[in-house]
Amino acid sequence: MSVHLHTQRADPAPPPHRPGRRRSRPTSRLWSQLDLKAAPYFLISPYFVLFAIFGLFPLVFTLWVSLQDYGLAGGDATFTGLENYSKLLADADFWNAVVNTVGIFVLATVPQLVLALLLANALNKRLRGRLFFRLGVLLPLVTSVVAVAIVFTQLYGRDFGLFNWLLGHVGVDHNIDWQSSKWSSWTAIATMVDWRWTGYNAIIYLAGMQTIPRDLYEAASIDGASPRKQFWSITLPMIRPTIIFTVFVSTIGGLTLFAEPVMFASNRMDGGTTGQFQTIAMYIVEQGFRNFDYGYAAAAAWLLFLLILLGVGINYTFVRRIGGSR
Amino acid sequence: MTTITQVAPVRRPKDRGRRDPFRATPLTKIALGITVLLSIFPLYWMVIIASRTNSDAVEVPPPLLPGGNLGENVQRVLNTEDAHFVTGLVNSLIVTTTVTISVVIISTFAGFAFARLRFRGRNLLLGSILITMMVPLQQMGIVPLYQLMVSLGWVGTLKAVILPYLLNGFGVFMMTQYTDQAVPEELVEAARVDGASTMRIWWNVILPAVRPGMAVLALQTFMLNWNEFMWPMIVLTPENPTVQVSISFLTAAHTTDYVLIFTGTALSVLPLIVVFVAFGRQIVGGLMEGAVKA
Repeated sequence: MSVHLHTQRADPAPPPHRPGRRRSRPTSRLWSQLDLKAAPYFLISPYFVLFAIFGLFPLVFTLWVSLQDYGLAGGDATFTGLENYSKLLADADFWNAVVNTVGIFVLATVPQLVLALLLANALNKRLRGRLFFRLGVLLPLVTSVVAVAIVFTQLYGRDFGLFNWLLGHVGVDHNIDWQSSKWSSWTAIATMVDWRWTGYNAIIYLAGMQTIPRDLYEAASIDGASPRKQFWSITLPMIRPTIIFTVFVSTIGGLTLFAEPVMFASNRMDGGTTGQFQTIAMYIVEQGFRNFDYGYAAAAAWLLFLLILLGVGINYTFVRRIGGSR
Repeated sequence: MTTITQVAPVRRPKDRGRRDPFRATPLTKIALGITVLLSIFPLYWMVIIASRTNSDAVEVPPPLLPGGNLGENVQRVLNTEDAHFVTGLVNSLIVTTTVTISVVIISTFAGFAFARLRFRGRNLLLGSILITMMVPLQQMGIVPLYQLMVSLGWVGTLKAVILPYLLNGFGVFMMTQYTDQAVPEELVEAARVDGASTMRIWWNVILPAVRPGMAVLALQTFMLNWNEFMWPMIVLTPENPTVQVSISFLTAAHTTDYVLIFTGTALSVLPLIVVFVAFGRQIVGGLMEGAVKA
């Protein structure tokens, strides 16, 4: 690519008559003025037209929908102000979904990012077959979420699942019904998330680590700093921006978790018999597209958004402290 | 990546390798090996079940090698009428290809404008893209988006799962970055002096230079879009699904027929694996480059 550019740049100056010929005609000057002014807007217009229709409009209109009551089965809407919100805030099922979502998020994200850091540190060593290892840890990411969830749900099967069989060998003599309780179902779903995303985060951290000048480590080694010490006082502080990025991405992804718990419940929205692993996204779909209470679902979507802002804010202040504050 | 070759530690007499902080210890290698095995195992397990019978799937101890029933199982998936699996597969190919091509073109257009052209409102517009990238538009606007599809009469059609995904702020951002780095400003100036129109510059100067970035964006868009589940599940019908929707129905309708479910799942993952094997290097490279710039 760069070779190509260089040959272009090295070209002799363009033949002098061409620009002159173009500019001499008034219509073509007008045309090129118009081109200069209008072309940029033409180039960005596809994105912004799509954005207006499929991004901005739904986003703003959700607010309006959330102030309506659609009665039974998506009938005529009547304006009810903030009633949906006050109903939601008093709805034990909604709070159950909030607790589940946050619980699964914490259970999945903390080990995931810690493991990813360790993994990235290992990948950053001098290795034979670097590409093989990088591809190896990234493979789960390209596997579709639904597929991951299906395979893991079978592995977590009560009677014939591989995990219960393995646990039987280490002294757990009864078969765990993973779907049945909050903690077991949260753990199962968290492992699905972690399996898919740990490698991705490791690759992102690795990219961050490779921008750290190597002589920092050389110097630290000569000063007698152990690899562990180097990791804490050089690597972590230096890749802080990358960590913040992954925390953002995981927070948004974790709080909107949907496919894994849905598949874990055999493609249902209830999240188990007592909703023990129903997430907010599942709750929104259940309210909006199973009960057709659009207004209620839209209000829940806004509360989810607030929760995401809150989550991102908390995590940001937390992660900023990593490796001492600057 | 090239920095690795620069590390050539000068060996001092008493240095037994401890001074080289980038030496991979046996422990490191073992840990990485186990990680790769764990990454592969669920996919391998999928192949084992997909190539065996339902009585094998519930055997104790579990089978650890693939069997010989794959072809037969694939036939069964294709013949399971309520899953509409073939329709799903074809639909996914249509949707994902359309979305990928459109997103790459839209992003390359906008990336050129933001990186190399001057116009009023440029910073504001670019900033608005960055902000909306952080909003989960899909989950937030899902109800009005559905109502929009109802009033357009698009529910159950592929249009409903193509058009919303053409909106990809990340793509615009990425191509802006890429164009900025790959196309020297003087090159665009020179083409202008030469009398080239903006579109001509896009075609003759920008496109050849940003092709590697387009490839990375195409790969990422393809994989993301192939995996979409929530919105297609809501807006499509069981008779005209995407492949993800199709296997989710398969799971719900044939709960205990693991072989059927796993074979469908394996088929749904196959295109992704093919892309990954063929372009793995570019995918890793693209992710790593993007991460440092973000």
